[in-house]
Amino acid sequence: MTDMTTSLAGSSPRPAVSRRDIGIKRRYAAERRFRAYGIGAISIGIFFLGLLLWTVVSKGYTAFLQTEIVLPITFSEKVIDPKNERATNPAKLMTANYPLLVRDALVQKLGIDPNNRADVKLATDMVSASARTQLRDVVVANPAIIGQTVPVALLAEGNIDSANKGQIDVTVDEANRKVKDKQLAWMQTLAQDGAMTKSFNTGLFTSGASSRPEAAGIGVAALGSLYMMLIVLALALPIGVSASIYLEEFAPKNKLTDLIEVNINNLAAVPSIVYGLLGLSIFINFAGMPRSAALVGGLVLTLMTLPTIIIATRAALKAVPPSIRAAALGLGASKMQTIFHHVLPLAMPGILTGTIIGLAHALGETAPLLLIGMVAFVVDFPGSPLEPSTALPVQIYMWANEAERAFVERTSGAIIVLLIFLVVMNLGAILLRRRFERRW
Amino acid sequence: MNALKLTAAALVASVAFAGAAAARDQIQIAGSSTVLPYAKIVAETFGETFPDFKTPVVESGGTGAGLKEFCKGVGPDTIDIANASRKIKDSELAECKSAGVTEVQEVKIGYDGIVFATDSGNADLKLEPKDLYLGLAAQVVVDGKIVANPYTKWSEVNKDLPDAEIAAYIPGEKHGTREVFEEKILHAGCKASGAEDVIKAAVSDAKEQARTCVAVRKDGKAVDIDGDYTETLARIAANKNGIGVFGLAFYENNADKLKVATVNGVVPSTETIASGEYPVSRPLFFYVKKAHLGVIPGLKEFVEFFLDDQMVGPESPLAAYGLVAAPDAEREADRKAFTDGTML
Repeated sequence: MTDMTTSLAGSSPRPAVSRRDIGIKRRYAAERRFRAYGIGAISIGIFFLGLLLWTVVSKGYTAFLQTEIVLPITFSEKVIDPKNERATNPAKLMTANYPLLVRDALVQKLGIDPNNRADVKLATDMVSASARTQLRDVVVANPAIIGQTVPVALLAEGNIDSANKGQIDVTVDEANRKVKDKQLAWMQTLAQDGAMTKSFNTGLFTSGASSRPEAAGIGVAALGSLYMMLIVLALALPIGVSASIYLEEFAPKNKLTDLIEVNINNLAAVPSIVYGLLGLSIFINFAGMPRSAALVGGLVLTLMTLPTIIIATRAALKAVPPSIRAAALGLGASKMQTIFHHVLPLAMPGILTGTIIGLAHALGETAPLLLIGMVAFVVDFPGSPLEPSTALPVQIYMWANEAERAFVERTSGAIIVLLIFLVVMNLGAILLRRRFERRW
Repeated sequence: MNALKLTAAALVASVAFAGAAAARDQIQIAGSSTVLPYAKIVAETFGETFPDFKTPVVESGGTGAGLKEFCKGVGPDTIDIANASRKIKDSELAECKSAGVTEVQEVKIGYDGIVFATDSGNADLKLEPKDLYLGLAAQVVVDGKIVANPYTKWSEVNKDLPDAEIAAYIPGEKHGTREVFEEKILHAGCKASGAEDVIKAAVSDAKEQARTCVAVRKDGKAVDIDGDYTETLARIAANKNGIGVFGLAFYENNADKLKVATVNGVVPSTETIASGEYPVSRPLFFYVKKAHLGVIPGLKEFVEFFLDDQMVGPESPLAAYGLVAAPDAEREADRKAFTDGTML
């Protein structure tokens, strides 16, 4: 375009007024406007993405740190096993009054009058109620510790944790906040002693659900999501790929296959909750599979992901040029050999990209899981896909509904983890495509 | 070919798994999202206290949905306990019985207070059922005639209330809380304002009378919240004049952001609710399948543990979270009813 205009201007010395108006200015302006619209659309998108990431990260990064209170715990035999019966009755160690050990250690550390019940309660409230299991696990793992005094890092209670991270407004009237003035003073004492520390929150990744924010984690949810993704991969990929190969390569083109194609495209757009209803009535009510199990969740998500995989696979198969097929057939390969030796390998990057995007979609799904009982409070790790579990997005949803302040940052923390998973999966899809895709 | 083999193997495996799951060793609970936090605390503590039993699984989803699952039948593939923020309805019980769930035990765990709160920056708010009725009802009585609610500001309803636009965030109709709100606030306000008599005179059908009394205005001044209290809290943060309906436990956890209103001059607290002074409260229940007791490991122990004073007493973790403990005698009676096996 530019060349043409300059050459025109050069070759003819006629005055500009008489030049035929070909609307060059108007057309350039239109192009500039169009580019501006495009940049505008992208900037709006980037702005909201940035806003989302900023809110999630700024709210959530603190979730990866957890306040701990290091207390010298005296594993007194008098408290744990007063009648010395642990040799004969190991269950004794499971049910001992461990919170008493915490109370004694706190009273000593903070110099509280043990008879002042209100103060003692305020002080013990600073340590998570999970201290019982924490100390129990220490003693059960190593009974020889009884009688010794060992410093143990105990989880701080959720509100103390929030206060330590500056998430609780301490200027509010004392009656209206969860952390009292005395506790704040004790927190300062502990911090000065180096007894109150923030460390990496491994529990966030290794624990199951908990009603106590400080002890809650996404472990069970992540494992449940993993089970479901494996089931989806193991079922949806082979079924989807074989269905598309048949439809694309073998099936006759007639009204029936057209109908099937329309249906598959429709299924891809069906709201996911519908698949949940289907799963409830078929897998749970009819087939009698267990509620809340990752198996049912995986099957439901398989049904949901199938259309996506089929559509992507068919597109990938279509993109393989007919010359490849013709050459293979011409050299005497059978139809099946042509497809499995030549067409399918060439279509593989496209198929895998479609599968990973389908999986990523399934990973973020909560609605179908609601009806099959996976929106649940699950503490114990599922040993198999048959045991109750939950999923990452479900855990986020459940934490978002919690009343405690400390769950706010954990919700965002879990969102960050989910986003990282999704980014890794999508990056994988892009890399696969870059590495193996062939162009003709 | 490989793909086909894989598929077949996976299908066979999944069916085999399903058969193996017939016996269940984990308690399954579903139902009310109001009871959920309490059930979670008890389930977690139960799992810690009884290492022999697995921690029960607690599903959320609402009272109605929970009872529906509960009434599907008896057996390990049905849930054991349904949490409810209201009493089971006769229709639900009939459905239960027709599906073979003939033995249902009702367990009351305590009371839940329903509070009205605004943004913490607002002035103190003193509400009465009458004010709330006049501000939020779809139709009110003006000069002896039933008219569409004409009020737009709280000060028009009662000159002692702030001169602010009416904006209320109330629980949506799927919530059990809505029923309590209708009964204890709208119906009481309907009566107190004298509107009930006018409506009774004008409408003949008794059902229609009750419905007119508790119908909420649909002009955007009263917003149904179908989500959770966190959504109500977000709405109030966005509209400082808004009044939201919360559970006492939720309010207590967010007392630094909210200012609670008195109802009939009473400040809601566990004490005033237990004594009955504060008018808006309701009992919380769960329902147990008697046929599952002794079959599902730990179910009996779980219910007994739930009813123990260390869980539902006045000094318990549930009370610390915001549950209003039932009076001593009532708790004793509830425990006895469960041990005796009293059925509905």
